[in-house]
Amino acid sequence: MTDKKTLTHLERLEAESIHIMREVVAEAEKPVMLYSVGKDSAVMLHLARKAFYPSPPPFPLLHVDTTWKFRAMYELRDKMARESGMELLVYQNPEAKERGINPFDHGPLHTDMWKTEGLKQALDLYGFDVAFGGARRDEEKSRAKERIFSFRTSTHGWDPKNQRPELWNLYNARKKKGESIRVFPISNWTELDIWQYIHLNDIPIVPLYFSDKRPTVERDGLLLMVDDERFPLKDGEEPVMRSIRFRTLGCYPLTGAVESEAKTLPEVIQEMLLTTTSERQGRVIDKDGGDASMEKKKQEGYF
Amino acid sequence: MTETADPIYKTDALIAEDIDAYLEAHQHKSLLRFITCGSVDDGKSTLIGRLLYDSKMIFEDQLAALEADSKRVGTQGQEIDFALLVDGLAAEREQGITIDVAYRFFTTEKRKFIVADTPGHEQYTRNMVTGASTADLAVILIDARKGVLTQTRRHSYLAHLIGIRNIVLAVNKMDLVDYSQQVFDDIVADYTAFAQSIGIESFVPMPISGFKGDNITANSANTPWYTGKPLIEHLETVEVDVTADQAKPFRMAVQWVNRPNLDFRGFSGQVATGTVKPGDAVRVLPSGKTSTVSRIVTLDGDLEQAVAGQSVTLCFADEIDCSRGDVIAIADTPPEAANQFESTLVWMSDEPLHVGRAYWMKLGTQMVSVTVQAPKYVVNVNTMEHLAAKTLELNAIGVVELATDKPVVFEAYTQNRTLGGFILVDKINNNTVAAGMLHFSLRRAQNVHWQALDISRDAHANLKNQKPAVLWFTGLSGSGKSTIANLVEKKLHRMNRHTFLLDGDNVRHGLNKDLGFTEADRIENIRRVGEVAKLMADAGLIVITAFISPFRAEREMVRAMIPDGEFFEIFIDTPLAEAEKRDVKGLYKKARAGDLKNFTGIDSPYEAPDSPEVRIDTTKMDAEAAADAIIERLLGWH
Repeated sequence: MTDKKTLTHLERLEAESIHIMREVVAEAEKPVMLYSVGKDSAVMLHLARKAFYPSPPPFPLLHVDTTWKFRAMYELRDKMARESGMELLVYQNPEAKERGINPFDHGPLHTDMWKTEGLKQALDLYGFDVAFGGARRDEEKSRAKERIFSFRTSTHGWDPKNQRPELWNLYNARKKKGESIRVFPISNWTELDIWQYIHLNDIPIVPLYFSDKRPTVERDGLLLMVDDERFPLKDGEEPVMRSIRFRTLGCYPLTGAVESEAKTLPEVIQEMLLTTTSERQGRVIDKDGGDASMEKKKQEGYF
Repeated sequence: MTETADPIYKTDALIAEDIDAYLEAHQHKSLLRFITCGSVDDGKSTLIGRLLYDSKMIFEDQLAALEADSKRVGTQGQEIDFALLVDGLAAEREQGITIDVAYRFFTTEKRKFIVADTPGHEQYTRNMVTGASTADLAVILIDARKGVLTQTRRHSYLAHLIGIRNIVLAVNKMDLVDYSQQVFDDIVADYTAFAQSIGIESFVPMPISGFKGDNITANSANTPWYTGKPLIEHLETVEVDVTADQAKPFRMAVQWVNRPNLDFRGFSGQVATGTVKPGDAVRVLPSGKTSTVSRIVTLDGDLEQAVAGQSVTLCFADEIDCSRGDVIAIADTPPEAANQFESTLVWMSDEPLHVGRAYWMKLGTQMVSVTVQAPKYVVNVNTMEHLAAKTLELNAIGVVELATDKPVVFEAYTQNRTLGGFILVDKINNNTVAAGMLHFSLRRAQNVHWQALDISRDAHANLKNQKPAVLWFTGLSGSGKSTIANLVEKKLHRMNRHTFLLDGDNVRHGLNKDLGFTEADRIENIRRVGEVAKLMADAGLIVITAFISPFRAEREMVRAMIPDGEFFEIFIDTPLAEAEKRDVKGLYKKARAGDLKNFTGIDSPYEAPDSPEVRIDTTKMDAEAAADAIIERLLGWH
């Protein structure tokens, strides 16, 4: 027997995520990967490419779009779809589009119509039976007990009393026609794991995660970035150039920035680790939009 | 404040001064998964809270809130009540959400940890087995004031049952017994006797206080007589299972065949045990074919070696058959295949085991149909007594014999969790109903080289010049099923198709004459009809069945038995009022008069199909037209 090799925690997490993705592809009829263009999505997509290499991942990417994402997100989204050789499906709720639903005038209805309804419509339209999502157990106390395979009724309902026990690495993917499963392959990753993996694997992420001088206004204690001309400035409001970056990315009018000088990944990680308040968990965006908002994810049916 | 003199997370300075060095160190950390066993009274939440606290997984504002809460609602006077950190699940429990296992994460300088925490008492067996199934180590907590209790024995038995090699006996609350060595030694002696009686070969005892922090991150001055490692150091250094598994022979269950083009054919899976290198001679089970590994392919380039725990894609030097469910093993010591086993089962469903009913068994990547015999015995998890039982109820642990419908490549669970651990899935509602651990095979398959039938399914069908199909008619009594089914068969016969019609008359009088009309019997009736239809379809026939088959679950059960695209659910849609008006056999009149019980449509429900392959509205179409429409659908697919 030669010397044993000790797998690092990232190697083990990677192997587990790849195993989960392959199980889904082997057992699902029509899987899809929900792709939000954030850092967790970036890692999930990279893992999918590893899982099926040299084949391209045998499922499409689905971006449930609100039309209000940062421009830089749309750029990276299209680039990553091209590089991965995967089909990119972009779905925009036609009713939200027609009614001109936007985060400035419609508050919670914006998220509800574009994202929650949009996701359900898209899944029904294409008939996907399994959707990969990038949620993690460390995001919030209440997610700590979430299954990796989460079952939905034919109306996308989640019955918390009727979820299946998960033992070893055996996942039960059987379901009736019309039922669907949300699968979270990076459940056991922490925020630090995500960043470190991005760093080690040189995974492209949206530049907004890094500090730069950007036009901002301050509103209700949030630093908002004026990303395009649709941002309605109030009387006397003047965009100010500040060194900012984002910890999570969602709809730009709903996502608060932090002032920061972190221009590289190690600096971003350093800032995250040295933050002594749990604000880094994304307090700002928990209130409304943004990828880390648990409430929103529950609404969207991520749970 | 309690003592925090020995933080286990000394890297703050490194993060601030040299983030690259910190990241370099962090990326090489290994991972240990463990489970904590014990009730709230034993200080389990306090211990987990302490670990999170000492490893700086708690932020200043959370800490401030914790201090405030501790003073307000805590059970520890003015001191910090760590238990409050992990009690986020209480509210959910009140809302009726099932909490089985919560996972928590923390990091020390040497390792990353995932802790499985299983709260609650009621579902304890199911929850603990679930949490323990992925654990390398179990921390069994004992209250030093109480010693070895019934629940200590239960936790230890379950940890041992699920195959956890590393057991830590944490004698907690040592501060409340004045750190008495005598108390500790007595408890360890008690536990040793018990552990040996159930086959636990070794364990590591430690005197600790989760609340005060004794022997958690550093050896405590309060227990100078304790010379072992503090808890964290033990957790940081114990060998994890995936590493230990590298010493076993190579096995990998094939998950997926990777075939991007004609020039590449790879077999993807996660290495279960052992190691593999290009050039290794391997055998594919159950076929027994051999080849040599030519490449280990990953996105980051080919590997020179893959070890247990890694997800890889293997290529072979020869073109041999290998697909999902097969096991790739080192050529000279392959695992066996068998179809009858003795096994332990942990029952996890509210619905008890139905002896003799077929369940799906998922073992590795193999999915087979399995039937379970009546338990040889069940184990009382509090006393370890063996008791007689006719079935297995929720949380029961029993030893059973089971038989699969085809050979399964396996190893004893104690040798290989991947090839010995399995789940059972209910074929009707698809729930995971049990976890199992194989002991041994009862009758060895005579030859691991499983012989394929010489005359294949396709050969049967080709001779008849047709594609097999099952036309499954469903609808109310008197809806016209039999009439239309008979017409369909006549027309197909005229078209030189080989058919067979199964209906109540030719089945209930023979094959199923032992069955009555209880729910279980009605399920069994449909199951047998389904199995017969499947055999006939295997023989190449077009099978037509005409049964009310009122329940969606039963029809779905049969659909799952038949190959994709060969099952046609034909809904003869006649409204109740119309069927009752026709009342060809006078049955509705009897049912209305109360002379006929459980009559579908009257006092027993009919669940209409959601999306049948064919729907016939008999109020708009006569039997002749209906039969033509069904044949058109069938042959349109031919």
